[in-house]
Amino acid sequence: MTDYKNLKLIATSSPHIRAAENTKSIMLDVIISLVPALAIAIYYFGWRALSVTCFSVIGCIFWEWLYRKLMKKPQSIADLSAVVTGILIAFVCPVQVGYWQIFIGDFFAIVFVKQLFGGIGKNFLNPALAARAFMLASWASTMTTWIDPAKSKAAMFGSNADVVTAATPLSYMKGDDIVTTFNNLKDTYSAMDMFLGKVGGSLGEVSALMLILGGCYLLVRKVITWHIPVCYIGTVALLTLLFPRGNDPIEWMVYNVFGGGLLLGAFFMATDYSSSPITAKGQAIYGIGCGLFTVFIRYFGSYNEGVCYSIMVMNCFAALIDRSVKPARFGVVKSDKKEAAAK
Amino acid sequence: MAQAFFGGVHPNDMKAATNEKAIEQLAPPAQVVIPMSMHFGAPCTPTVNVGDYVKVGQKIGEFHGLGAPIHASVSGKVIAVEPRPYSMGGDMMAVVIENDFKNELSEEVKAPENPDSLTPEQMVELVKNAGIVGMGGATFPTHVKISGGIGKVDTVIINGAECEPYITGDHRTMLERPEQIIGGAIYLAKMFGVDKVVIGVEENKQNGIESLNKVIAEKHAPVVVEPLHCRYPQGGEKQLCQAITGKQVPPGGLPSNIGCAVFNINTTCAIFRAITQGMPVVNKIVTVSGSGVIDPKNIECPIGTPVKNLFDACGGLKDGTYKLIMGGPMMGMAQYTAEVPVGKGTGAMLAFCEDEEQTVENPQCIRCGRCVAACPMHLEPLMLYQYASKNMFDELNEANLMDCMECGACTYICPARMHLTHMFKIGKQKLKDKMAADKAKQAAAQKKEA
Repeated sequence: MTDYKNLKLIATSSPHIRAAENTKSIMLDVIISLVPALAIAIYYFGWRALSVTCFSVIGCIFWEWLYRKLMKKPQSIADLSAVVTGILIAFVCPVQVGYWQIFIGDFFAIVFVKQLFGGIGKNFLNPALAARAFMLASWASTMTTWIDPAKSKAAMFGSNADVVTAATPLSYMKGDDIVTTFNNLKDTYSAMDMFLGKVGGSLGEVSALMLILGGCYLLVRKVITWHIPVCYIGTVALLTLLFPRGNDPIEWMVYNVFGGGLLLGAFFMATDYSSSPITAKGQAIYGIGCGLFTVFIRYFGSYNEGVCYSIMVMNCFAALIDRSVKPARFGVVKSDKKEAAAK
Repeated sequence: MAQAFFGGVHPNDMKAATNEKAIEQLAPPAQVVIPMSMHFGAPCTPTVNVGDYVKVGQKIGEFHGLGAPIHASVSGKVIAVEPRPYSMGGDMMAVVIENDFKNELSEEVKAPENPDSLTPEQMVELVKNAGIVGMGGATFPTHVKISGGIGKVDTVIINGAECEPYITGDHRTMLERPEQIIGGAIYLAKMFGVDKVVIGVEENKQNGIESLNKVIAEKHAPVVVEPLHCRYPQGGEKQLCQAITGKQVPPGGLPSNIGCAVFNINTTCAIFRAITQGMPVVNKIVTVSGSGVIDPKNIECPIGTPVKNLFDACGGLKDGTYKLIMGGPMMGMAQYTAEVPVGKGTGAMLAFCEDEEQTVENPQCIRCGRCVAACPMHLEPLMLYQYASKNMFDELNEANLMDCMECGACTYICPARMHLTHMFKIGKQKLKDKMAADKAKQAAAQKKEA
């Protein structure tokens, strides 16, 4: 019979059960969702795509470990969030970026953007995008030189000076004579090339197919909700359809949606928990804002690409959105609110 | 069409362990410890002394103000009237009765001659004398709920959601005693003067729904069964009202504010027994389950049975049992001893020996927003947590902390394993203290001026 007198009981507050999902499993899901895009990058750009990504992951883990060690804070590398940041930093760089450059980018993302603000959940900017902005300002030429996947592969080590370079699709969609250059773009890259990823561009952004695949995985696993990606991509699609600059609005829209980092940004960057709003309504507003800024920068800015900065601008608005968009209080109906306002 | 409310979570219901096992009667315990507080309100005063002989159903505790009387659940001699450990933590005045196993019924228990011709007032009086309280766990005195609701209530709802994992007592009652539920529902309809009673049942109890519908058809009862989505906290009073009527109870209000009154399945059965037999609440159906229990069961036992007797009836506890919970795993109270007695609101007794809790050291919010999506009261738990941990009282008030009903949905879903609900319980107490202190300060200042 049970000895009830000597039970070793703990008495903690309810609830006494927890869902299986935890921070680590969420981060693992994000890593899994990025694998298809990494696979296609290896296929088109060569093994350097893998080595750069792995190196970036190691860099992020190293900086996080070192910072927390030096600051005598509890270690947090086991939650895998540094791994996700590492992969994403590699994904927003051209494949021939130097290892040491990536390493410094990792430092900026982990130490400046994430840890100095308090670590996971406290950063107000997306670390990977902030690192990209930092690297673009530091090494403008490296960060805007793209390998043509149809003609050459990047070498894993040594110089990549002799590779055949290519322009990104978005660079054709800018300038004084967009109608002509856009026709040139359609000759260079077919819509299918854009879909599969056989174009010049950052390591992880090229293949629309693989990014959509990964994004759907995140949606199915309920790691993200539809609000941000759908509102973001929808806004860009709608605006480019309504205000086309090429001769065919539909084609213009398709090239805008598949081109550049839009899909990578909408599914994997803008949905970053700590730098996006917490309510569904807030997330919708945030997604639309990202879409507006992206199109503005692509149309009127001096950069070809607008995703990185538009998300970072909206990151800064996230706290404001959270402050102004609150769930309606339970039991308070809209008509009551109007009455209260009238009083 | 199954009905719904906003938010909520889907914990694994764990009901398969007991939902096919018939309710068993516990072998009479040698001793019962009946605490004088088994209801919402002030504790009762014992009306018996050490050495008195009591019979089943005899009144042993009288209530004052808000409350309900307490009755002896076994016959025998009162051997102690003293504070004993009880389920809400600490000690509570209790009447300890040594069972003489004669199970003699008290003369105080008298069945009304013609239950069907009673007036609503007479029925409420019977409910009051029977000491009936909300048996789902809230333990609000039922006669107060009924008399306060007559005239205001147009929708009477019987709560058969049983949304907490593990618990199957209400489900088994639907299968084994449907006529008591429907009978009680008919009396409730008479008391409130309504022509329809709604029973809300979660869809995972399909055979329970069928069993109830069969009796409804036989008796042509003015009762409808409404299937509900399986989602926690579907059985929360406010959520149930929302799911069934589409209306929301105003902040700080009661279901009667929107014309609803909600009664638990076993409360309804108790009302039936009180009106037909004059029988007070002396027994309780308890689901004994969890990973630490060798043979999980549903057991009907006298009120005041120490919970260790229930575990013994289920083959005892497994080695390594680290937690005993009175109630469900989402809102139940962890107990520090197996001596605590079964009360009127005890629906389940769980024992855990596996890693159900999964606590982590140094949990860090990742701002995923799952708690916001899960909160059935439309709160933002992650914000409240920050405010509460920094004692930001104005912000807590503005963010409606007091609306929190401590259902635990946010804490359950939190991937970072934050202790949200716990922080809110502390925060609510602090906020109450703060408001009381402010009021006192204001009053003192006014006095000075005068």
